Amino acid sequence: MIRYLYADQLSQFPHLARAMFRDRADQFKTRLGWEVAVDGAGEERDAYDDLNPLYVIWEKPCGGHGGSMRLLPTLGRTMVNDHFAHLTDGVRIESPLIWECTRFCLARDAAPGTAAALMLAGGEILRGFGVEHYVGVFDARMVRIYRHIGASPDILGSQGSGRNRISVGLWDFSPRAQARVAARAGISPELSKLWFERAFGRDVAMRKNRAA
Amino acid sequence: MGYAMTTSSLDGIMEQLECADALDGLQTASEALRNHYQIDHLVYHWVSSSGQQYGCGTYCPDWVARYLDAGYLRIDPVIVGCYQRFHPVDWKRLDWSSKAARAFQKDALEHGVGNQGYSIPIRGPNGQFALFTINHSCHDEAWAEFTESNRRQLILLAHAFNQKALELEPERSPMAAQALSPREVDAMTLLAVGYSRAQVADTLSISENTLRVYIESARHKLGALNTTHAVAKAISRGVIVV
Repeated sequence: MIRYLYADQLSQFPHLARAMFRDRADQFKTRLGWEVAVDGAGEERDAYDDLNPLYVIWEKPCGGHGGSMRLLPTLGRTMVNDHFAHLTDGVRIESPLIWECTRFCLARDAAPGTAAALMLAGGEILRGFGVEHYVGVFDARMVRIYRHIGASPDILGSQGSGRNRISVGLWDFSPRAQARVAARAGISPELSKLWFERAFGRDVAMRKNRAA
Repeated sequence: MGYAMTTSSLDGIMEQLECADALDGLQTASEALRNHYQIDHLVYHWVSSSGQQYGCGTYCPDWVARYLDAGYLRIDPVIVGCYQRFHPVDWKRLDWSSKAARAFQKDALEHGVGNQGYSIPIRGPNGQFALFTINHSCHDEAWAEFTESNRRQLILLAHAFNQKALELEPERSPMAAQALSPREVDAMTLLAVGYSRAQVADTLSISENTLRVYIESARHKLGALNTTHAVAKAISRGVIVV
């Protein structure tokens, strides 16, 4: 299932949170060789994890971490504006309608459909919160994965080449793209909506405005 | 102080808000916006990192006094549910189940607060936190339709309020004016001389989606509500020359 958790809610899911930070270390340091900081417990964290981001996490049926991504508003500090402005024509991307998506991570044993499930969740957020775009940094390996799930970003700029190529991309989701991603994920729109409502509350009728 | 808001158009309200040189301006703008949207209430509430509060809006003074006296800040499900968050929240989705929350809600309704609410949390610099709220009394369907069709504008207004409030903060260190990058200047200039988006994208050799994001970033930095307004401001400030 998809869980939507702000950083200050991770302590309610200690096992899942530890697994996420370990899988991030495995993906970004061990497999991709990025210069990221891994602590003594084998967990990868950076300064943006301290800004109470919103994590979107695929929790496997056994309770383990299948994949995740990290969302932050672009009006605060973001990785794209702090470190990759040279890839966006020098434009600082700042808007309440654009969020940053980073640390898109898949566990080694992630089931097929995990990446698509995360994208589907990203679409729920756009629809539910009035966000219009995501901007994010991603590596060469992800290009194929994004294409496969039918959610290829527009690329604003890239650096490096081959496997070491890092790009800044831009996503928006038409309803058609959302349907495509849902099919790839093998998740019904109703179920996806249910997970979203479980995290952010479902509509309950308000009491009518009456005295006493 | 206090001057009458002479216009009810959104652009006019925004213009006056932008020119405001005291917190009065936020109060005037919140009243004008309440009238513009024809809703019961519109409120802007901020809490600084040191716990100082400032609010303006259209709740009746009795309710504001009651809220402060009763220490409702710690009970109010809207505050509890929005603090440290950055997604907009319909009040229906909050947890009103505790006894304290239900008593608070009853008290609020008795003080003229409507049964429907929509709040947009804002995280400012240095731990500043603010909430921009619209409130009304109506059925669920009408409210859902209203918030859905006005959400984009409300999000932009919430940030315009916060931007102004930050500007007026007494001990604030002057922030450098948000400069547009050369690429944003190019995009706005071409729009100003009448190019279509497709033509601008083509001229700058970028996709239309990329262009949309550059324009959106420029719009935010110029403090405008829409692209037309942003182009006009860029010209009037001399940011672009056509």
